[in-house]
Amino acid sequence: MIEAPDLSYAALAPLLFLFGAACVGVLVEAFAPREARHPAQVAVALVGTVGGLVSAILLAATRDLSGDGAEVTADGALAVDGAGIFLQATIAGLGALSILLFAERSLDPARSSFVASAAVPAGSPRDRELLTADRVQTEVYPLATFAIGGMMLFVAANDLLVMFIALEVLSLPLYLICGLARRRRLLSQEAAVKYFLLGAFASAFFLYGLALVYGATGSVRLSTISESVTTGGGDTLLVLGLALLIVGLMFKASVAPFHTWTPDVYQGAPTPVTAFMAACTKVAAFGAIMRLLYVGFGTDEWTWRPLVYGIAIVSMIVGAVLGLTQTDLKRMLAYSSIAHAGFLLTGVLGFDATGDSPGLAATLFYLLVYGLTTLGAFAVLTMIRDGDGEATHLSQWAGLAQRAPVVAAVMTLFLLALAGIPLTSGFTGKFAVFRAAIDDGAWPLAVVALLASAVAAFFYLRVVVLMYFSEPLADGPTVGVPGLPTTIVLAVTAAATLVLGIVPGSVLDLAGQAANLVG
Amino acid sequence: MNSFPFLLLMIVVPAVGAAVVAALPRGRDLLAKQIALGVSLVVLLLAVLATVAFDTDGDRFQLTSSVSWIDDFGVSFALGVDGIALVMLLLVGVLVPVVIGASWDDEPVGNRSMTVFFAWILLLEAMMVGVFAATDVFLFYVFFEAMLVPMYFLIGSFGGPRRQYAAVKFFLYSLVGGLIMLAAVIGLYVVSANQGEGSFAFEVLNAIDIDPDVQKLLFLGFFVAFAIKAPLVPFHTWLPDAGAEAPVGGAVLLVGVLDKVGTFGFLRYCLPLFPDASRDFAPYVLVLAVAGVLYAALLAMGQSDMKRLVSYTSVAHFGFIALGIFAFTTEAGTGAVLYMVNHGIATGLLFLVVGMLIARGGSRRIADYGGVAAQAPVLAGVFLIAGLASLALPGTNSFVSEFLVLVGSFPTRPVFTILATVGIILAALYVLLMYQRTMHGPVRGLMDGQGLTTPGTGEPTAPAGSSGATSATATATATATATATATATETVTSARWMPDLSRREIAVAAPLVALIIALGVYPQPLIDLIEPAVAATVDDVGGDPGGTVPEIGTNGADTSGAETEAGN
Repeated sequence: MIEAPDLSYAALAPLLFLFGAACVGVLVEAFAPREARHPAQVAVALVGTVGGLVSAILLAATRDLSGDGAEVTADGALAVDGAGIFLQATIAGLGALSILLFAERSLDPARSSFVASAAVPAGSPRDRELLTADRVQTEVYPLATFAIGGMMLFVAANDLLVMFIALEVLSLPLYLICGLARRRRLLSQEAAVKYFLLGAFASAFFLYGLALVYGATGSVRLSTISESVTTGGGDTLLVLGLALLIVGLMFKASVAPFHTWTPDVYQGAPTPVTAFMAACTKVAAFGAIMRLLYVGFGTDEWTWRPLVYGIAIVSMIVGAVLGLTQTDLKRMLAYSSIAHAGFLLTGVLGFDATGDSPGLAATLFYLLVYGLTTLGAFAVLTMIRDGDGEATHLSQWAGLAQRAPVVAAVMTLFLLALAGIPLTSGFTGKFAVFRAAIDDGAWPLAVVALLASAVAAFFYLRVVVLMYFSEPLADGPTVGVPGLPTTIVLAVTAAATLVLGIVPGSVLDLAGQAANLVG
Repeated sequence: MNSFPFLLLMIVVPAVGAAVVAALPRGRDLLAKQIALGVSLVVLLLAVLATVAFDTDGDRFQLTSSVSWIDDFGVSFALGVDGIALVMLLLVGVLVPVVIGASWDDEPVGNRSMTVFFAWILLLEAMMVGVFAATDVFLFYVFFEAMLVPMYFLIGSFGGPRRQYAAVKFFLYSLVGGLIMLAAVIGLYVVSANQGEGSFAFEVLNAIDIDPDVQKLLFLGFFVAFAIKAPLVPFHTWLPDAGAEAPVGGAVLLVGVLDKVGTFGFLRYCLPLFPDASRDFAPYVLVLAVAGVLYAALLAMGQSDMKRLVSYTSVAHFGFIALGIFAFTTEAGTGAVLYMVNHGIATGLLFLVVGMLIARGGSRRIADYGGVAAQAPVLAGVFLIAGLASLALPGTNSFVSEFLVLVGSFPTRPVFTILATVGIILAALYVLLMYQRTMHGPVRGLMDGQGLTTPGTGEPTAPAGSSGATSATATATATATATATATATETVTSARWMPDLSRREIAVAAPLVALIIALGVYPQPLIDLIEPAVAATVDDVGGDPGGTVPEIGTNGADTSGAETEAGN
C-alpha cells in the first residue's frame, strides 16, 4: 500500500496556476473554434502566469518564508522557501511579459511571429500560401505555459528526480516553440533540432549524474545527500556525479563551455521565444544550480568551488570576446547572455556555508534585473523590421536614432544596463554579485569579471554608436508601431531598468529577505 | 544659511534643466539655448553663494547633507565639499555658461538637433557637480561613470569627422579604469566591514587603518582609474583623439573639468585613504608625471592639428599637477589645486579661441592659417593671452600655480622638480610656435585664396562637407569650404577675409580673460580656500605640512628607500 504524500496546496498555488492554465490551454486548443482560439489562449496563459505571480507574492506576504513558514512538502520533494518563491515569482512575471510578446499581432504584416501551421513543409506552395494568412499556430501558448510551469517546479525541486522531471517539462516545449518562426522557417527548424539534440545530451548527463549520486549516497533527496556528503566526503562516485549534474544544469543556463547551442538557437528561434528563453530559462537554471550546490553540496563546497570558479571565468571570457565578433544582434545578445551567466556564477560563488551568504541574495537580484533587461532588449528587436522579417544585422541599425528616437533611446537604456553603467539596474546587479564574490575572498574572479565587463561594453556600445553616430541607410529597416502588448512589455522593462538602477533599495531588501533555502 | 542645500540644488537644477531642454520640440533651438544659459547661470550663482557660505576656518567638509540611499549596500547620498571640491565647483560654474555661449551658433552635423546638445551639456554639468560634491565613495563612483554617458554622446553626435572612433575610445578607456576602480571600491567596503560596520562614507574610511599590502592593491585600483582620467602618460592616448574630435564646447569641459576628476581623485581618495601605499608608490607616480611633462610637450610641438596640440599641452600640464600632488607638501599641493583651476580657465580659453578660428577657416591644421592677426586683431589678442596663460607667463594665473608647484616640490623632490622645469621652456616653444605660425607672417593656406591643403593630408572638412551637402542644413565647415573655393575661382590672388570676433564671442572670452589676469595678480582668495583642505590631505598622508623639511613618514625605512629611488 502506497500512501499519497501530504501536499500543502496553498504553498503549491503558484505551480497549480501554471499547470492548470496549461491544461486548460490544451482543451481550448482542442475545442474552441479557430477564430476565438487566439484571444482565448492568450487570456488563459495570462491568467495562469499572472495568477502564479500574484499567488507567489501573496504566499511571500502571508508566510514567514525565511523562518517558520519555510517548509518542504510533497513528501520532501518540493521546497517552499524564500529563494524558491522569489524565483517562482520572477519566472511567472517574466513569463507573463513573454506571453505578451508572443501575443503581439500588429508588428508583423502577417499578424504574428509564429507560423500558421508548423506541420506544412517550409517552402512548399501551401507554406507560401499560409505565409500571408491570418491564421496562427496557437499551441505556442499552452506549450509556453507548460515550460513556465516546469521552470517554476525546477527552482522548487528538493529532490533530484523531481528536478529531472521539471527539466524535461521545461525543455520539451521549448524545443518545439523554437521551431515555430513564421519567417526564415528553415533556420528556425534547424535551431529547434540543434537545441533538441544538444539538450537531450545535457539531460542524459544530468540523469547519469543523478544515478551516480544516488549510487554514492543512496538517496536523491538533497537534504539526505547533504548529510552523506558531510560524513563521507571525497567519494569519487559522488564527485563524478556532481560534475555531471553541473554539466547538465550549466547547459541549460548557457554557461561556456556548454554554450555552443546558444547563439544558433537564439538566432533561429522566433524573437519572442528567444526573449522568453534568455530571461526565464536563465532564471530557472540558476535557481536549480544554487539549490543543488547550496542545499545538496553546501557542506562540501570545496568539491565544486574550483570547478564553478573555472567555468565562471571561461564563460565570462568566451561571452565577452566572441560577442565582439558578432554582426547579428540576436547572436550578439546570445553571447552577452553567456557572459552574464559568468557574472551570475560570480555571485553563486559568494557562498559561505557557515555564515550568511550574500551571494544568494545578490544572484536573486541579478537574475531579476537581467531577465527584465534582456527581455526588453529582445522586445525592441521585434520592432525593427524589413521586408524579410526582423532586421537583426548590425549594419541595418545605422542611424536608427534619427528615424525613431524613442526606440533608440529605450534600446540604449537596455544596452547601458547590460553593460553595467551606473544608474541602471545592470550596475546594481553587478555591484551586488561582485561584492558578494569579493566579500568571500574571490577578488581575482571579480577582477576578471570587471575586465570582461569592459570588453563586453565594447559590443554594446557599438550598437549605440551605430544608432546614434552613423548616418541612416537609404533602404534601412522600418520601425514598426508596436501594439498594446509590446508597449506594455517595453514600458515595464524600461521602467524597471531605470528604477532598479536609481532606487533599488526595496527590491534588494526583498531579495535579501528571500535569500534562504530549506533542505 | 548653512543648511541651505546648495550642493543638492547644483545637481538637481541642471538635471531638471536637461530634462526640460530635451523635452522641447525640434526647432525650438533658441528657447533651448536660453533655458540652458539661464540654468547654467543659476548654477554659477549657487556656486558663488556656496563659496560665501563656506567658512575657511571651519570643518574640513562643509555644506554637508546625507540621506540613506541603498541600505543593503550601506550607501548614502552624501554630499559635502572641502576647499578643493569647492573651487572645482566654481570652475564648473564658470565654464558651463561660457561653453553654452560659445556653442550658441554651432550647427549640428547631419540631421541632428542642437537642443539635444544643450540637454547633454546640462546633464553633464549635474554629473560633474555630483562627482566633486560626493563624500560617499560609492556615490562618487556612480557619478564618475555616469558622467561618461553625456560626454560620449557629445563627442559622438556633435564631434569632428572621426567622432565615432574618438567617442568609443574615450568611453572604453574611462570605463576600463572605472571598473578597476569599482573592484577597489568594493574591496574598500569589505575592508571596512571587517573592521566594524561596512561603509562607503569618506570620513569613516579615512579613519580606518588598512593593512599596507591591501592598501597597495586598493591604491592601484583607484590610481589606474584616475591616471586614465587625468591622464598621465602612458594612459593618455585617448585624450588627443577625444579632445580633437569633440565639439569645442565639449572639449573645453572634457579637458577643463572632466580630466580634473582624475587629479581630484588622487587628492581626495588615493592620498588620504591609502597613505602608506601613496608614499611607496610616489616615486613611480612622479616618474610618470615628469615623463608626461616632457614627452607630451615634445609631442605637442610636433602636432599639425591645433586641437590635438592643445590636448597634448593638457597632458603636459597634468604632469605638473600630479607632481604637485605627489610631492606631499602643502605648498605644492595648493599649487596643484590652483593649477587645476587655472588650467581649466587657460586651456578652456585656448580651446575656445582655437574653435573660433576653426569656425572661420573650416580647418584644424596650423598650416592652413597665417597672418590672421592683421585681419582679426582681437582674435589674435585673445589667442595670445590664452597662449601666454598656458605657458605660465608671470602675471597670468598659471604662473602662480606653476611656481607654487615647483617651489613646493623642490625641497622633497629636487630631481623631479628640476626635470619638470625643462617643461616650462618647451611650453613656451609649442605655444609661441603655434601663435606665430597662425597669427603672424605672410597670409597663408586658407587665407591666401590659393586653395586648401593638398587632398589626402587629413583635410578634415572633406568628409563633413560631403555628408552635410546632402542634408538641408549645410554645415558651417561646408559653407566655409565652398566660400574658399568660390573665392579661389574668382580672384586667385586676393586674400580671403577673416572676420574678427563677434560681440557674442567677445562676451564669451571676456570672463575667462578677466579671470586669467585677476587670478594672476591676486590669487589669495582661492589659496585661502584651498590651503586648509590640502593641509589636511597632506597631514593624512603623513607628509610635512610645512613643506620645507623632507617628509617625516611614520615608516622610516620605507621613506628613506623612496628617497633613494627618487634621488636616482
